[in-house]
Amino acid sequence: MVHSSASSTELYNYDIVKKFAIASLVWGVLGMFTGVWIASELAWPFLNFDIAQISFGRLRPVHTSGVIFGFGGNALFATSFYIVQRTCQARLAGTYTTHNFLFIGWNLALVIAAVGYTMGITQAREYAEPEWYVDIMITAVWVVYFWVFVTTITRRNQPHIYVANWFFMAFILATAILHIFNNLAMPVSFTGAKSYSLFSGAQDAMTQWWYGHNAVGFFLTAAFLGMMYYFVPKQAGRPVYSYRLSIVHFWALGFMYMWVGTHHLHWTAIPDWTSSLAAVFSILLLMPSWGGMINGIMTLSGAWDKLRTDPIMMFMITSLSFYGMSTFEGPMMALKEVNALSHYTDWTVGHVHSGALGWVAMITIGSFYHMIPRLWNTTLYNMQLVKAHFFLATLGIILYITAMWASGIGQGIMLREFDEFGNLANTFISTVVMSHGPFVVRAVGGMFFLTGMLLMVYNIFMTICQAKREERASIEQSVTA
Amino acid sequence: MTDIWLWMSDLANSKITALLIFFTLFSGMLLYVYGDKKRSKRLESYKDIPLDDDIHENMTKGDRKNG
Repeated sequence: MVHSSASSTELYNYDIVKKFAIASLVWGVLGMFTGVWIASELAWPFLNFDIAQISFGRLRPVHTSGVIFGFGGNALFATSFYIVQRTCQARLAGTYTTHNFLFIGWNLALVIAAVGYTMGITQAREYAEPEWYVDIMITAVWVVYFWVFVTTITRRNQPHIYVANWFFMAFILATAILHIFNNLAMPVSFTGAKSYSLFSGAQDAMTQWWYGHNAVGFFLTAAFLGMMYYFVPKQAGRPVYSYRLSIVHFWALGFMYMWVGTHHLHWTAIPDWTSSLAAVFSILLLMPSWGGMINGIMTLSGAWDKLRTDPIMMFMITSLSFYGMSTFEGPMMALKEVNALSHYTDWTVGHVHSGALGWVAMITIGSFYHMIPRLWNTTLYNMQLVKAHFFLATLGIILYITAMWASGIGQGIMLREFDEFGNLANTFISTVVMSHGPFVVRAVGGMFFLTGMLLMVYNIFMTICQAKREERASIEQSVTA
Repeated sequence: MTDIWLWMSDLANSKITALLIFFTLFSGMLLYVYGDKKRSKRLESYKDIPLDDDIHENMTKGDRKNG
């Protein structure tokens, strides 16, 4: 890109960071629009229009892959490359071709996967729906990503590896292990899309949720904590509250997360001890999660006024609050007794979104508002729009999660109610009727959040245009002088 | 000694073995992080790294201008 600042092109490679950041925003809007659409389909089913390709079952993985791997994945590539360069004070390893291979490979894999979903091509594994050929593409991209990241670290001019890079390293390594083992499958033919998993029965279920929950743990938590440990101190203008606590946070998360996946399979055919073990480790996880949350929030100690005056800080601290809230709710839902009520209901959907929108999206948005103007060597176009975005996003999340609590707890209670003869007192369809109101509120909440994202895209677009204008003016000035 | 290795390699004891290994490693990490005042001070000094990167960038720009 032509508008890199002098410092960025000489010291660091920001071109690839810019590409991933823009791709993240594009996927964010597309993925969230799909989410709003399918939420609306649940509230107003005529929106299916009897077209199989846009029915809920086909579009749902388009939404999840779009926001997790499109919005989140591209954001992680962008921020990890930005952070590793700046904290190691070294230019990103790899050539233009290497970086483009990562950018095109990752995004092309996502496009192929998404088109496949609408055609009904899926291996039906939660958060790992793409078939074998996309899995191979992702593996190739990931190996190169690992090489670029590690090589940059080995070339560092800073003796210590900052903790954010530890989190990114754990994320890259854990995701590689999870992706490879969860996707071990035998294709029916090399010219066909269909494949069969190497696992079956209860073992298959356990493998899927070992992957599923650790995708949450290492992709959606550890990596975004890496983002948090760099951007919160930068935006606050003061160092993280306790570096030693961040080290304990890192190792405790690493030790504990791998054990908890089975809490998704309570009261099923799996061995009971695996279920109990997962519940115990889920409760233990509360400690490092809250330790990390307190570490992030206390970074603002002595500068609390920024919470009133700085909308970017509002995004970051609110994201940490949602991180704390969802890491309290999660262990509680992992208790077998609570799970008996919450599982297979909308409470789970609400919990996921308090983490995904409240923590993941908000820390990403805050980090982007900090990073993007610096990439283009300018200032944000309009800070008032950031404030408006913050309130739209917060309101959207609150509407979403409260609607899902009402719907989920209602469903749980109704489906556990018995009449005087010991028969179920309610039919499934009566729970659907009860959920209609919350479904409408959830769709409206999603619309609020999406509107905020559109404001962000406009603000970032205008910021980049402004940067180009400034660059042109500066060139004209130097020519005149 | 052989008995201990046999006991550890028995799959039925894998949960206790794993627990012992991870607990020991985790306790070791805690001792390392909080056990020594001098080390604690050194570790805490690393928290300034994100704030130092602007200084580094400006210094390098300055060096290039002067050089």
